[in-house]
Amino acid sequence: MQTTILYIGRDTEITVVMNRLLNARPEWKGICVCTDEEAAEICETQQINLVLLGNGIDAECEKALRTKLTELRPGLKIIQHYGGGSGLLYGEIMTAIS
Amino acid sequence: MSQFILHKENTRGHANHGWLNAHHSFSFANYYNPERMHFGVLRVLNDDLIDGGMGFGSHPHDNMEIITIPLAGAIAHKDSMGSSAIIKYGEIQVMSAGTGVSHSEYNANADEQLNLLQIWLFPNRKNVTPRYDQQSIDVAASHNNFQQILSPNADDAGVWIHQDAWFSLGNFDEGFETEYKIKKAGNGVYAFVISGEVTINGQVLSKRDGLGVWDTDSISFKANTAGAEVLLMDVPMELN
Repeated sequence: MQTTILYIGRDTEITVVMNRLLNARPEWKGICVCTDEEAAEICETQQINLVLLGNGIDAECEKALRTKLTELRPGLKIIQHYGGGSGLLYGEIMTAIS
Repeated sequence: MSQFILHKENTRGHANHGWLNAHHSFSFANYYNPERMHFGVLRVLNDDLIDGGMGFGSHPHDNMEIITIPLAGAIAHKDSMGSSAIIKYGEIQVMSAGTGVSHSEYNANADEQLNLLQIWLFPNRKNVTPRYDQQSIDVAASHNNFQQILSPNADDAGVWIHQDAWFSLGNFDEGFETEYKIKKAGNGVYAFVISGEVTINGQVLSKRDGLGVWDTDSISFKANTAGAEVLLMDVPMELN
């Protein structure tokens, strides 16, 4: 079964890389966005299993995002993604979904 | 009562990509071991051997304190902040990735293998302005002494980072004994043996073994062989 992962980060270049990394594995489907509005819209219309919070999201936006996304999908797992690349990604996702 | 975790050299994750032969003390890339996710804020300790002229093309990072210590050879570094530098044995490089930075790292020599330690710490503040620094390590000052090479303070010895962490490096004569006092309450120490054999808190450690110790304010140290070289990473045990 594919795990659908939503990545939210402000840096366009990192978002492109994350999109490539998340979609490189057949067991993951990655959707990567830069804005909170896009994230909310995707959560509303698609079944998301995990949200990764990437770079540049300030504390206020993070709080609002967590509230909004869990309102839309109660119980949705939301974790911080550190590093911006492949180094930690697999471990973070495996820890979150296992 | 102090606690410890021992990571023997041969239990590290291993990935041989041909040009890159990497050993991971903690889960990294395709190496995933739920028992080896981090030691406090210390998240990555990679021991990389990189063939001549080879390396990592431009790739992004964010929200991570990245420390690189060459053990042999030299690294050619370029990043999106405009930094371009060669870092060689006897130097330490630090990059605060913060809101996002891209960099490349290559073996600066075509005919010599590069061996480096790359260490990632979780930052104590997210989304800081990216920064880069490198400094020389006074190798003579680390003889029979844990010389500080990294701290949280810009005006203290060594490079500085966005974390309440202190790194110290020492090379020791056989039989040399000392005690290391942990810099901050709540921190633990992860000792990584670069070469030789040492005893820390009664645990005998060989080359590339790691020992994490916490719930204590100091550790005892003895060098069992001449030229034993050890990196101590004094880090917060609580994630921010």
